Amino acid sequence: MSEAQSTEKKPVTYINTPVAVKYDYTAGKATSDFMRAVAQGKILGNRCPQCNRVYVPNFLVCVQCAVPMGEPFEVPDSGIVLTFCIVNIKFYDQVLEVPYVSAYVLLDGTDLPLMHLVQECNVNDVRMGMRVKAVWKEELSPSLESIRYFKPTGEPDAALETFKEYL
Amino acid sequence: MRDIAIIAFAQSANKRNEQIYNEAEILAPVAREALQKAGLKKEEIDFTCSGSSDYLAGQPFSFVIALNAIGAWPPIQESHVEADAAWALYECWIAMQADESINTSLVYGFGKQSMGSPRDVMNILNDPYVETPLWCDTISMAALQGRALIDAGLATERDFAAVAARNLKHAKSNPKAQCKGDFTVDELLRSPTLASPLRKHDCPPITDGACVVILAAGDTAKKLCKRPAWIRGIDHRIDVQAIGRRDLTRAPSAQIAAEKAGVGAGKVDIAELHALFTPQDIILRKELGLASDCVINPSGGVHQGNPMMGTGLVRFGEVADRIIRGEANRGVAHATQGPCLQQNMVAVLEGK
Amino acid sequence: MGRRCAVIGIGQTKYMDRNLAVSHRGLIRDAANKALADAKMTWQDIDCIVIGKAPDTIEGVMMPELYLADALGAQGKPLFRVHTAGSVGGSTAIVGTKMVASGVHDRVLVIGWQKQSESQATWALSPRIPFQPPLTAGAGGFFAPHVRAYIRQSNAPDHIGIKVAYKDRKHALKNPYAHLHQPDLTLEAIKNSPMLWDPIRFGETCPSSDGACAMVIVSEKYADRSASPPAWIHGTAWRSEPTIMAGRDQVNPLGGRECAKDVYRQAGVTNPRKDFDCAEIYVPFSWFEPMWLENLGFAERGEGWKLTDKGATSLDEGGDIPWNCSGGVLSSNPIGASGTIRFAEAAMQVRGTAGEHQVEGAKLALGHAYGGGSQFFAMWVVGSKKP
Repeated sequence: MSEAQSTEKKPVTYINTPVAVKYDYTAGKATSDFMRAVAQGKILGNRCPQCNRVYVPNFLVCVQCAVPMGEPFEVPDSGIVLTFCIVNIKFYDQVLEVPYVSAYVLLDGTDLPLMHLVQECNVNDVRMGMRVKAVWKEELSPSLESIRYFKPTGEPDAALETFKEYL
Repeated sequence: MRDIAIIAFAQSANKRNEQIYNEAEILAPVAREALQKAGLKKEEIDFTCSGSSDYLAGQPFSFVIALNAIGAWPPIQESHVEADAAWALYECWIAMQADESINTSLVYGFGKQSMGSPRDVMNILNDPYVETPLWCDTISMAALQGRALIDAGLATERDFAAVAARNLKHAKSNPKAQCKGDFTVDELLRSPTLASPLRKHDCPPITDGACVVILAAGDTAKKLCKRPAWIRGIDHRIDVQAIGRRDLTRAPSAQIAAEKAGVGAGKVDIAELHALFTPQDIILRKELGLASDCVINPSGGVHQGNPMMGTGLVRFGEVADRIIRGEANRGVAHATQGPCLQQNMVAVLEGK
Repeated sequence: MGRRCAVIGIGQTKYMDRNLAVSHRGLIRDAANKALADAKMTWQDIDCIVIGKAPDTIEGVMMPELYLADALGAQGKPLFRVHTAGSVGGSTAIVGTKMVASGVHDRVLVIGWQKQSESQATWALSPRIPFQPPLTAGAGGFFAPHVRAYIRQSNAPDHIGIKVAYKDRKHALKNPYAHLHQPDLTLEAIKNSPMLWDPIRFGETCPSSDGACAMVIVSEKYADRSASPPAWIHGTAWRSEPTIMAGRDQVNPLGGRECAKDVYRQAGVTNPRKDFDCAEIYVPFSWFEPMWLENLGFAERGEGWKLTDKGATSLDEGGDIPWNCSGGVLSSNPIGASGTIRFAEAAMQVRGTAGEHQVEGAKLALGHAYGGGSQFFAMWVVGSKKP
């Protein structure tokens, strides 16, 4: 208003137009099954009958073959760090303290990594191929945040050759 | 120009609120069905294009997730329009005209309107400087168009109700229809007003759904389909958006598109109009030059289901299906977007 | 690929972090007017407008081209909107080319634009959606692990990422439209910049810009009688693949390799490093230069960083295959326009109109864009001679 009332008629260079729209998202069949399992402390995956790959989380349709995936089953909550980055920047909506490690974790017996946090070790000690295990929250809910983070198990690292095809 | 035809069409059942499956999950079986109808494997599709809206989906890059449904591997030639999927069909048609190695195309559209309030969401496509702050919703703008028709003496509320009654009656034979039934004009006119002069039956339903169309060129089309629906003309045009600068009783861009598509070159058996509100049906019939013996919206049109961003593509599919089945020889498909018929696409499909 | 076509007009806005002088209308018209003037044409001469940009959440307007129809001179004409994530600027140019190549239109105006200052970009690009696994580190955090994988697999030294950023920012000094003009920038300063997403430093990331880039693409008939030099389009290609797929190579994606193979075949390119005089490649994080050198066949797998190291991609070092003479995405990044800029800058080189960052005698150039999680690719080859 002050600009409009100004006698100097300064140009209007910027206006704010607040817009708010409410959405009710649909999780979908596969994600619903996955989240219900997470609320019970289980991680679900499923296998494509055509390419034989195991997807985590479980999918309804194989993203590669476009055929319906098999029945979901529980997969281990341990695996390896495929690759990762160390986050030193606070960005919008981020609640974590920096620095922290964001990693692609490939669970044992599966073919698609989950993106999650690696903690309980110095960020500079995280390595590609390092073995990790999920640390669950006490109070479980239908959210991936039921897993607080993954922590190193202390087992020997996997050699690069063994997981190269997943990078 | 190469001869290009629609050889298969599939759509999900129109639903008011699909709570189990998300967009990609709704789309996946529809894509499988369309491919099966066309007798093609996914690897035999040369080009893929889709239409959707991030604001409707409530998230950026919504089309990226939908790609999961169609098995984009090995890597595919693909594109996406932030528009009704009818424009994706147009892009496929262009790609096939430009490149003779593209003999088949898969087009899909999807929308899950139930996630938000479409009446509010659509306000975000107005001019952000002077119109959006007024929060002029789609139904109110369509009501202004209806009012303009009445004031110009071009239509009455009875005419609007008659359009709704016709659509809902036609929808009775559409297994995918969300709304259908026998209603008299007098019955409809007793229902309450949403935004004068529009009543509920004058407005489109809120629908979740997906649709897929498969195109093929020349001999490939003939090989795969007994009676392909050949695209004999297709064109799209746009008008300015600000409704204060338009004669709302007209849709000049629809008229140009119809002329360029060659609608008037022969008898039109059927037409599927993307008229979201009943007054638009009356405007479009005139702009497209459709004769009184043309069957309008044999599927029930938008009033039986409105899977937004796929709604325009469904019009193409519904006309094509009737030609493929031999129920019509020459049909017109129409798609629109923007408030009050701002942008329009018209195509002529023929069995010969 | 259908009828022959050429670029005969190019226009760009000055790229900057917050352009308060113009509205959306002003931004796109600035670029379009310059392109039309370059082509010695007027708005009336245009048959069709193809416009592209990344998510609408960035400007907070759904399908803004609809309200911009009058500013685009589109009344009564076809107006077409493309959105293919980060590659959109390139895809838009390809759609524009096909509009002409198909024989449907003769004179098409192509525009890529984004006014990123109008929203919180991280929110606009990756808002928190319930049920979706939280992206724990923003866009840079998505790519940084793949960069780490590249470094580990190729044994590339740390200074490569720094060198690419330095080289492109120096190139940008020769481009008046570039967003970042940092004449005093040193390798040391980039090295000492904050490590945002280790292994990616702040100095190795692209800026966030407002800007638009327009091109006039015409059929052979119009290119032949054009008073402006044409950049002939020798080939266009695009490829897409899923974001998350078991076993997908995210360091050297198959989609990029196949896209390059396709466009090289159309243009008769057999040895990209030798056949091209220069290239404008989408490098938003500096490590993508060596990664794309390999993906696009300029170097063998694991060897890309050596070209960068030797100065092969540097205009200032007299490299044999200068990449991003304009300063690239690392110096200007209005997302939806970034691909269009790459395609346009490649065309400027073969037209001989690139000014101070001109590669002398450039005859054949590659324009490239990518987007999503390294999954959408768009490329074209332009040349000074008719294909």
